[in-house]
Amino acid sequence: MDIKKSVDDTNYLQYVKNAAPKSPLLKECVMAFIAGGLICVLGEALDDLGKCILGFGEEGADSFRTTVLIFLGAIFTGFGVYDLLGRVAGAGSIVPITGFANSVVAPALEFKWEGYVLGVGAKLFTIAGPVLVYGISSSVIAGVIYYIIKVL
Amino acid sequence: MGSQIGKRTIKFKNPPNITAAYSVAGRKEKEGPFGQSFDLTFDDEHWGEKTYEQAERKIYLKAVESVIERANLKPDDISFLFGGDLLNQIIASGFAAREVGIPFFGLYGACSTMAESAILGSMAVDGGFARYVVCATSSHFATAERQFRNPLELGTPKTPSAQNTVSASGAVLLTSDRGRYPAATHATAGRVIDLGATDVNNMGAAMAPAAVETIICHLEDTGRGDNYYDVILTGDLGTFGTSLFHKLADDSQHDFSAVHQDCGSLIYGGDEKMNCGGSGCGCGASMLCGHFYKELVQERIKRLLFVATGALHSPTSALQGESIPCIAHAISIEMGYGG
Repeated sequence: MDIKKSVDDTNYLQYVKNAAPKSPLLKECVMAFIAGGLICVLGEALDDLGKCILGFGEEGADSFRTTVLIFLGAIFTGFGVYDLLGRVAGAGSIVPITGFANSVVAPALEFKWEGYVLGVGAKLFTIAGPVLVYGISSSVIAGVIYYIIKVL
Repeated sequence: MGSQIGKRTIKFKNPPNITAAYSVAGRKEKEGPFGQSFDLTFDDEHWGEKTYEQAERKIYLKAVESVIERANLKPDDISFLFGGDLLNQIIASGFAAREVGIPFFGLYGACSTMAESAILGSMAVDGGFARYVVCATSSHFATAERQFRNPLELGTPKTPSAQNTVSASGAVLLTSDRGRYPAATHATAGRVIDLGATDVNNMGAAMAPAAVETIICHLEDTGRGDNYYDVILTGDLGTFGTSLFHKLADDSQHDFSAVHQDCGSLIYGGDEKMNCGGSGCGCGASMLCGHFYKELVQERIKRLLFVATGALHSPTSALQGESIPCIAHAISIEMGYGG
């Protein structure tokens, strides 16, 4: 039989696209909103803790909050819990800085058997690398544009 | 020696007997509805080894050693080992073959490797080149995730059409010795079919056309009807792939709904966490060597067509935007054939 012909007649790829199981978008958005929101609330709380109680000042509290969140993201990845959270929370736990920590620690854990240089060292930024490259590049471009506008 | 019938089907003259089969599976597979049918299970993905790759080598080795033992033979009695796995340079099989010391033909047919190995093994036996051969494949969730997808602890959700790589292995022992055993009677080699599917998280859609094409060709070549087989067993189409399989069969005026079963859809019993079910060489291999081999021996199933499907892409080809070429090999295993 000529499967190609029989499939062309029925437009297989289009059919697959329509029939494929879909992500429950609304549910995922709600879960991401709740989980991401809770992480941000935690961040705000840490900010207040740093500013009002520990007396780190504005900038000190910023660093304190970021450091604690990254630490938590990393430690929960290490305990093997963050991926379980990610399965439920989706983008809610990927987008905040804890997700960034997860994306660095996960390959670090996984590639330790290949050694600390060519394993952990080389693979550490396989997930986070593109974010860094394009994040930093676009901030440079934005900086240049800002500078030109200021000069004009 | 066998002969070629029809377009691309082999008819074995003296169908090689499968005198023993052995399956090894992990914890998630053990917890599934077929958990009891696996001959050996392990609970921890590492299975006492330092790396996941070593763990996969161990499940491959266990399957090979145990199938030989089960047939009351020694590794020295085996002429050839045919097999492969999903890892780059098929390191699970190659390293396991180093341990047993059997002359080794390393094969890569992605998830179709079990059927591919069994076909080549049967040809070697029926051709008179070997008295005993072993055919084995394996896959491991953690090694496949590392190679094809993301690190295990990365917190990204799975696509609903994705499948879970099965941590398992299966091995069969084929021989020219006579006796009443399930025997490999016919085999149809697969063509590489590519309909342009590019989504690596939807393997079922890429592989279903290859399965249908090979099965229909097999039935035409052998002159057998849609319901000749008690079971047409596909390897790892998954639940979505299975629905596409039936649609494509229907489009070609065939109906396999009464006889078709899919190892990928069966192995986890529809567990939602596994999305569309199981995948990997070990999925079809462990189900064939576990549950279905026992059914054949006890003659609850007499005619089985094992169709393992494989996706022949790589992470590199996928990144370069290439579509996913797929293959399906079919081997007919029958009990009491011609006798």
